[in-house]
Amino acid sequence: MGRSTTTTTTKDAQALFHSLRTAYVATPTNLKIIDLYIVFAIVTALIQGVYMALVGSFPFNSFLSGVLSCVGTAVLAVCLRIQVNKENKEFKDLPPERAFADFVLCNLVLHLVIMNFLG
Amino acid sequence: MARNLEFLVVALLVFASSCESAIFNPVSESHRSAALELFSPADGSFGSLEETYEALKTCEVLGIEKKPDIRISACASVVDTLLSTSTAVKDLFHALRVNGILKCELNDEAFAGIESRLKDSLNNANSLLDFYYSIGGLVLIKDQTSAVDVLLTDADKISRSIKALSQSDGRWRLNSNNPESSNDAAGKALEALAGVISLASSEIDQSLIATLKNDIAKLFDGVARYDDGTCYFDEKLVDARGHQGPLSASASVVRGITAFAEVTTESLNVRVSTVLGSSAPPLTVKLMQTFISGSKDASIIDQIVFDDPEQKKNYATGGRTKVPIHVTGAITIDSAEIAILDSDIGSPETQKKLDLPGENAVALSANHLQKLMLSFRLTTPSGHAFKPHQDFLGLVEKFYYLSGKYDIQLTVGDSVMENSFLQPLGHIELDLPDAPEKAARPPPQPVDPYSRYGPKAEITHIFRAPEKRPPRELSLAFLGLVFLPLFGFLAGLFYLRANLKNLPKSTVPATFAILFHLGIAAVLALYALFWFKLDLFTTLKALGLLGMFLMFVGHKTLSHLASTSAKLKSA
Repeated sequence: MGRSTTTTTTKDAQALFHSLRTAYVATPTNLKIIDLYIVFAIVTALIQGVYMALVGSFPFNSFLSGVLSCVGTAVLAVCLRIQVNKENKEFKDLPPERAFADFVLCNLVLHLVIMNFLG
Repeated sequence: MARNLEFLVVALLVFASSCESAIFNPVSESHRSAALELFSPADGSFGSLEETYEALKTCEVLGIEKKPDIRISACASVVDTLLSTSTAVKDLFHALRVNGILKCELNDEAFAGIESRLKDSLNNANSLLDFYYSIGGLVLIKDQTSAVDVLLTDADKISRSIKALSQSDGRWRLNSNNPESSNDAAGKALEALAGVISLASSEIDQSLIATLKNDIAKLFDGVARYDDGTCYFDEKLVDARGHQGPLSASASVVRGITAFAEVTTESLNVRVSTVLGSSAPPLTVKLMQTFISGSKDASIIDQIVFDDPEQKKNYATGGRTKVPIHVTGAITIDSAEIAILDSDIGSPETQKKLDLPGENAVALSANHLQKLMLSFRLTTPSGHAFKPHQDFLGLVEKFYYLSGKYDIQLTVGDSVMENSFLQPLGHIELDLPDAPEKAARPPPQPVDPYSRYGPKAEITHIFRAPEKRPPRELSLAFLGLVFLPLFGFLAGLFYLRANLKNLPKSTVPATFAILFHLGIAAVLALYALFWFKLDLFTTLKALGLLGMFLMFVGHKTLSHLASTSAKLKSA
């Protein structure tokens, strides 16, 4: 009984992942690039978090700068993704070029602050 | 300097009687520590016997208990000096002075030898210092042994020789060839004359003593005063030993006068003459009344009564004369004891007998609930109880609730008490309660005047310990690790077959696109510069310019892309 339940759950999960992957393949390439960028930023932030957990948080402002830089740019990338997604009808009047300009401007402002805080 | 310190206390005490406004501070620990610093023996002994004497006498006068232990070396030096046949009189004198304090072992034959040498030198003396050292030495021998006969047979002659050196203003010359006179020499001469009087085998001519008293009175005409009223004898003479300061001169005069006053005891003399100045007929002066005025001073009133009954018709003026007399005496102290009581009437917890005014070292301990009782009885020479002019102060609130070890000193003194003393009794360990909140704070400790200009305690700067930093290798490893996601990102791009096909092909939009990317790179480079060296304002100015440029090229590029995609859509 238990074994069959576990097997069923595993199968269900596998089926779920499979359907997710097949659905994701259909995603436009530009959105995939943005997703990849977000993953890149989050993984970098995680590595810095591990580093801090290992050696302590002494230059705390530097740690914050590094992590917030990654998280901030990831958030901005999420926003960009929302805006350039063609499925999203809310922003259908907004050209993707305008969204990208916003993304670049926000990143520049964010990193000015980050640099100031880096110490 | 040493000599000055030595007699400072004595000089101040004597002058205090005539110079009322002089500020008199009691001897304190700072004086003692200063004296100990001045007299620190090198290699267990002092340089000369004179210095040894000064050190020992200073310790005695200031009541210093922890004397430097120089007894063995000093006694050896004393015996050497006294037994050597070539010693100068001055050195003999100093050796005898040191011996007077240390009481080294010397036999009577040694004393006899020294005595004959001192008398020889006295017979050949021609300067004041020769007289002073010889007579001083003889007086010291008289004090130290009774087996040697030191009496002077020609005391009158010697005293006249000394008197011949005196000047009309009461000062003395050091020898007959030197016209300079000084107060210091006067003090020495008086001390020598007092020695002569005490050593004289027959009575000294009274007229000489009267002349000397006159000289002393003249000496006091030359007394000077400081601003605070302290009197002193100035010294202008600069002799071979350099300038003798006023303190040294005053001390010398005071010693001379004290010695002189000790040997010339005086009875109450009443001189009566007729109105015209001729000597009076036989008469009796009756002591009519003696009364105590004030607390201690007595006065007597006398009245003249003629012996001859026929003179009864005559009148005497000034019949009642009031003469103030100050009576002093040695007070004996006995049944002294110190005790710690549990209550006012309780039995004593600890009780110790004291030997006053001898040496005592009691060790007591008490708390705030107990009482310290110190009792002793003072008796006048005539056997009456005596109440000295003194106070015991209430103590505990003066201690500001500070527990610890306190020294006990007992001072018994009075202006009529000849043997006043200040005596350390020992110490007491007090265990006092914590101070209540409203209790007075202890006053700041008095600044030791000798250390005010001394070096202060060194201040060592303590820097904050640097934060613990991780090992360099670990940080570098993580730096490498941080680049991994970047490579992953690039690999992902390759995997997704991302491309630059959307980059404009024609020249002008392509230029704008390249400029746009270069602009972003320039802004990021500016940020890096901002991190390394630039300040915020420089950065913002540059950023403003770059931002305008970037806005322009960005607008051009992106609008071009937008129009391209719009065309594609519409097509």
